Amino acid sequence: MIPRLELRNISKRYPGVVANDDISMTILPGEIHAVLGENGAGKSTLMKIIYGAAQADSGEIVCDGKLIEAHNPATSRALGIEMVYQHFALFESVTVVENIALAVSGAFDLNALAAQITELSARYGMPIDPWQRVHDLSVGERQRVEIVRCLLQSPKLLILDEPTSVLTPQAVTKLFETLRQLASEGCSILYISHKLDEVQELCDSATVLRNGKVTGAARPKETTAIELARMMVGSKLPEMHVTPSVRSEKPVLSVRGLSAPAGKSGIALSDISFDVHGGEIVGLAGVSGNGQAELISLLSGERLHRDGGSIGIDGKPVDRLDAAARRKLGLTFVPEERLGRGAVPPHSLWQNAVLTGHKAGLVRRGLVDRGKANGFARAVIEKFKVKANGVQAAAQSLSGGNLQKYIVGREIALQPKLLLVSQPTWGVDVGAAAFIRQTLVDLSRAGAAVLVVSEELDELFEICDRLLVICQGRVSPSLIRTQTNREEVGLLMTRIGGNNETGRSGQVALQN
Amino acid sequence: MDLFLAIFTGTIVAATPLIFAALGELVVEKSGVLNLGIEGMMLMGAAFAFWAVISGLPMPVAIVIGALAGAAASLLFGVLALTFLTNQYAAGLALAIFGSGVSAFLGRNFGSTPIDALKPVHIPLLSDIPVLGPMLFRFDPLVYLAIVMFAVISWFLYRTKGGLVLRTIGESPETAHAIGYPVIKIRYMAVLFGGLMAGLAGAYLSVAYTPLWVENMTAGKGWIALALVVFATWRPLRVLLGAWLFGGMTILQLQGQALGLAVPSELLSALPYLATIVVLVIISRNRQILALHFPASLAKPFRPAS
Repeated sequence: MIPRLELRNISKRYPGVVANDDISMTILPGEIHAVLGENGAGKSTLMKIIYGAAQADSGEIVCDGKLIEAHNPATSRALGIEMVYQHFALFESVTVVENIALAVSGAFDLNALAAQITELSARYGMPIDPWQRVHDLSVGERQRVEIVRCLLQSPKLLILDEPTSVLTPQAVTKLFETLRQLASEGCSILYISHKLDEVQELCDSATVLRNGKVTGAARPKETTAIELARMMVGSKLPEMHVTPSVRSEKPVLSVRGLSAPAGKSGIALSDISFDVHGGEIVGLAGVSGNGQAELISLLSGERLHRDGGSIGIDGKPVDRLDAAARRKLGLTFVPEERLGRGAVPPHSLWQNAVLTGHKAGLVRRGLVDRGKANGFARAVIEKFKVKANGVQAAAQSLSGGNLQKYIVGREIALQPKLLLVSQPTWGVDVGAAAFIRQTLVDLSRAGAAVLVVSEELDELFEICDRLLVICQGRVSPSLIRTQTNREEVGLLMTRIGGNNETGRSGQVALQN
Repeated sequence: MDLFLAIFTGTIVAATPLIFAALGELVVEKSGVLNLGIEGMMLMGAAFAFWAVISGLPMPVAIVIGALAGAAASLLFGVLALTFLTNQYAAGLALAIFGSGVSAFLGRNFGSTPIDALKPVHIPLLSDIPVLGPMLFRFDPLVYLAIVMFAVISWFLYRTKGGLVLRTIGESPETAHAIGYPVIKIRYMAVLFGGLMAGLAGAYLSVAYTPLWVENMTAGKGWIALALVVFATWRPLRVLLGAWLFGGMTILQLQGQALGLAVPSELLSALPYLATIVVLVIISRNRQILALHFPASLAKPFRPAS
């Protein structure tokens, strides 16, 4: 059989790093092929090269037996290669059908195209409304738009870059069905992921990358997860040590009857109550966009609530206190967005330390104590093994994982009584993620209260003592980690309190 | 009746250069590029068109030369802002000053004699309709061209694929590049179009509106055009209405001065600028609508990743 796609000795260098080093692989028609690797292993670069969004420095790409010479995304699409990006390539201000019209050739007839979209999306079990503005769609729906856009071209090779990071477990199951249906029709699928269980469930074959090199080829269904992980990480996976928690008598964070009107993302919070005690980690699970952002900004003090309810830290009401005042009471906070909220991108690491380091004495009488700030930043870099070019390095020059380690380290170095963490390991490689998780466990075992907001159930099940689930602005009663399971949590992620008629986006992501 | 007719036709004529300049800038900004140099491009257009007329070239040729002068000036901006990725604010301001200087230099020898202005055309049959004929069908050709340009631009932006591409490039050039559109090339075309329109606006001022060369004769109309685009929340129809509003206020204050109102003429002259901005600010307060039409990547430099 002529391979659908063959890569021969692809190399790509960026200043300072070799992103791809002599990579070769083969994908057959109708094959679901995984490209497995940690963040920074070179997966995304390789996909861009295949798709033509970046050019390889050397090497050959052969598609259906024909050598592709100079190519760009347009020529790739002409060859039947389509790509679903990790961060969706959709325009928010225009409708679904207009977005799709931009990517297809042919006459500009929106009505005909809309009919085609409706038909195709229904056939693959992922209905979308072509006349909706993308701005109003949930993440799951946006992904469907991307996939339908690709399917309209009847692709021969579909590339998906980390497609499940934003989906509920049930939506993932649905997506896999669609992908299998496609593969059975002869379309090859290139599936990029760092999630072993998904790859084992879905893919026929896998190529594992590490530091830009191929470190192994495997049949995932016949290979153990441990072997695959070893190929990815290159050494033994760090083991987690989760000791039993010793809960403080009184809660450190206590939330009672908290409600808030819908903010920018349109999710209102209603009647939220929970406690977090010292010595324990409580996880907040849920599909993104269900009120997590609103809740966390109310807890951190970035937004003040007015609709009733109360928040207490260490027994003191903090309802009227702003973020700085709450930090004085011993709260620290790691937001979801590293650049722009957790750190000022162009500022150096020591300057970023000063931002939250008031309690550590980095500012005296209104003046920055530069020596102390340098020392503080240096200590964080050393303790958390941040790979950075010293304390003068700009925050934006660090990789996502390293910056996250720095920000988590900075907040933990302030010895909080209460730590709020949002998406602690998003986009962080396996090694660093394990390190961050272990740090959170250690912090809680030393007596701090930790609240973790995450979309990754595996992560929450690994480190949390109790779990809360948020859906459509409501929070479930807490579940003891050892007494619940993924299915129960997955169900709660889509429906809390049985009645969810108003909850559109979360629901849709699951049902379909 | 005669007074009304004078005010009405005067309004339409006074609004014409603004319509050209602001619609041109609208297209530029919809592609995500902010060219602050309209005033400079208009002055270039005005000076070159005037020079062509006094050199004995026929009127249509002179107008085309004016438009091309505006486009040439915009090309300068394009090279700075799109190829060398300089700050668009700085490049635009530089162009405004540059255009003013070049036009003044060119105009040293123009003297102060008026030229034969672009003639109005009486459209056969239609111009003979009572009342409506003199109101609507006895303008010079550029007045009609401005209206045609409005229709064409509205149609292009919202009904064609090219317009969709232009608008989406204005929202996210990264995404447009990722799906294979030549962002820089399209932005160059938008910038050149904006220059062409600004040059046309300038030419209209010097060969039709006040057929006379005066240094800095645009008198801030380039800046008003810029404000019109913003306050019209990047929508063509509102640009058109805003331009007419400005034209109307200009004519009203002239009539006021002629009638000898007991208000200093300087204040009256400021009235159109003030009134236009106040009205446009009031109608552009809805943030959601604003966000919908605002080109999100405006003034942000973009270089395609390799």
